[in-house]
Amino acid sequence: MIRVENLGIIFNRGTALENRALHDINLSIAAAEFVTVIGSNGAGKSTLLNLLAGEMSPGSGRILIDDIELTTWPVYRRSRLLARMFQDPRVGICEDMSIIENIAIASGRTAPRGFHFAITNELRQMAVDRLSMLNLGLEKRLHDRVALLSGGQRQALALVMATLGSTKVLLLDEHTAALDPAAAEVVMDLTRTIVGKFGITTVMVTHSMRQALEFGSRTIMLHHGQIILDISGADRASTSVDQLVKMFQRKEGAEISDDNLLLA
Amino acid sequence: MSLYAFIGALETGLAFALVALGAYLTFRVLDFPDLTVEGSFPLGAAVAAKLMVSGFDAWTATLIAALVGSLAGFATAFLNLKLRILHILAGILTAIALYSVNLRIMGRPNIGLINMTTVYTPFERLGIPSLYAPIVLLTIVVVVAKILVDLFLGTGFGLAMRAAGANPRMAQANGIQVGRMIVIGLGMANGLTALSGALFAQMLGAADVSMGIGVIVVALAAVIGGTALMPSRIVYMLTLACVLGSILYRIALALALSSDAIGLTASDVNVVTAVLVAIALWVPVRRSAFGRQRSALK
Repeated sequence: MIRVENLGIIFNRGTALENRALHDINLSIAAAEFVTVIGSNGAGKSTLLNLLAGEMSPGSGRILIDDIELTTWPVYRRSRLLARMFQDPRVGICEDMSIIENIAIASGRTAPRGFHFAITNELRQMAVDRLSMLNLGLEKRLHDRVALLSGGQRQALALVMATLGSTKVLLLDEHTAALDPAAAEVVMDLTRTIVGKFGITTVMVTHSMRQALEFGSRTIMLHHGQIILDISGADRASTSVDQLVKMFQRKEGAEISDDNLLLA
Repeated sequence: MSLYAFIGALETGLAFALVALGAYLTFRVLDFPDLTVEGSFPLGAAVAAKLMVSGFDAWTATLIAALVGSLAGFATAFLNLKLRILHILAGILTAIALYSVNLRIMGRPNIGLINMTTVYTPFERLGIPSLYAPIVLLTIVVVVAKILVDLFLGTGFGLAMRAAGANPRMAQANGIQVGRMIVIGLGMANGLTALSGALFAQMLGAADVSMGIGVIVVALAAVIGGTALMPSRIVYMLTLACVLGSILYRIALALALSSDAIGLTASDVNVVTAVLVAIALWVPVRRSAFGRQRSALK
């Protein structure tokens, strides 16, 4: 489904701040696989996601989805194949527009937008169907402005928007990190349910070791721009959060000590 | 205020309501402060006047003027998107260039249209007194334009334009080409502005190269003043607020200038406008500051 070949990017090349954010990454993700990506700050998690989404262009390597090479495609063109959820609940939605208008915009991602009315009975029905899967009552608030929703409700709406139509790939960029723990759990559970239901190939960046093992079917650890761990199946099932943290610490050495609290 | 002054304010307000609708598209929908209108308004007047004195039918001349106006919008979009020039500066550059272009088009600083057959003439022939003919036609044009803008913003394409202005990153992530939306939005807005210029020149009886001065402030007065008086989140209410804002602005101006007690003359128009716009800009600020104070007390 997703194939990444020899992907690399260097920031501030030729200056004192030169930083090899990603170095020769090779990765193959099967259809409907749910991959979680962990790593410390600066390991290259977000860079990898930005390269997949098209917000940055790589210095070297190729990115393919379904054997279509999209290494040089701009963000809007890739959006037909892949959707993205952001960490900041304000980025993924239009605050000043209603829920149904946001859904209409998102449904234009995989289907052509025309000069006919965007909000039809068909769209409304589809929106009600999808929103009721959230069990948050949003399907009764189609004409409410999104600005009136809580952070958790917005991310839940963004999740519905990101999984509409013929979306094949979903990129999650710490999409629950800005939420309170209760809301984060609700959004994570919804993510698992909806992604599973539609069989969408998912790449999720997270800071939480627990989340990384609890969700999805495969876990990748990045360190200094390289993949240092790639576990799935029985290996992954037998790995505990403690073991993962230990592996992480061995790699990070002394520099990790400040992060210990975060990883618990 | 005399009836004559009131009619004058009403028809000018209606003519500029088209500029206000354009400014709504750029300032509010696209979040692109477009100053091109200072040049595209007289451009519409110049093109229509030149075509009319060259023997074109008034309606044909007016429609061509509107189309030429959208080209001015495309020019600004090009400067902003391809040459990466700051949006405000891109509009100023186009507007200043248009001053010379307008002089070229007309061949002289102004063209008189008195005694020509204008778009208003058929209405006078219908027996509508010539004093009211412009109001009748302009009302029809403004209502049609407003409804078309409302309908457009309700389509999939229109929603995409709103998203491009409100949240460009989200728009792109949803497959919307933000640059293309800016091109089309600026084209529409400047087409409306040039249409307004063409209709205004025929009402006035002349096209003048300097008639664009201050158009942007008038448009802002209409959009900001109208939406401050009628706050809403619904598109068709907002476009209505812009149209009414344009008319109310002219009436407020006429009242201020006609009141002997205040002692203002026609030369004070600009300072009165600036004060009105400043007040309109301040009202929403004051409202939210008041809201903050109240929540701080809780």
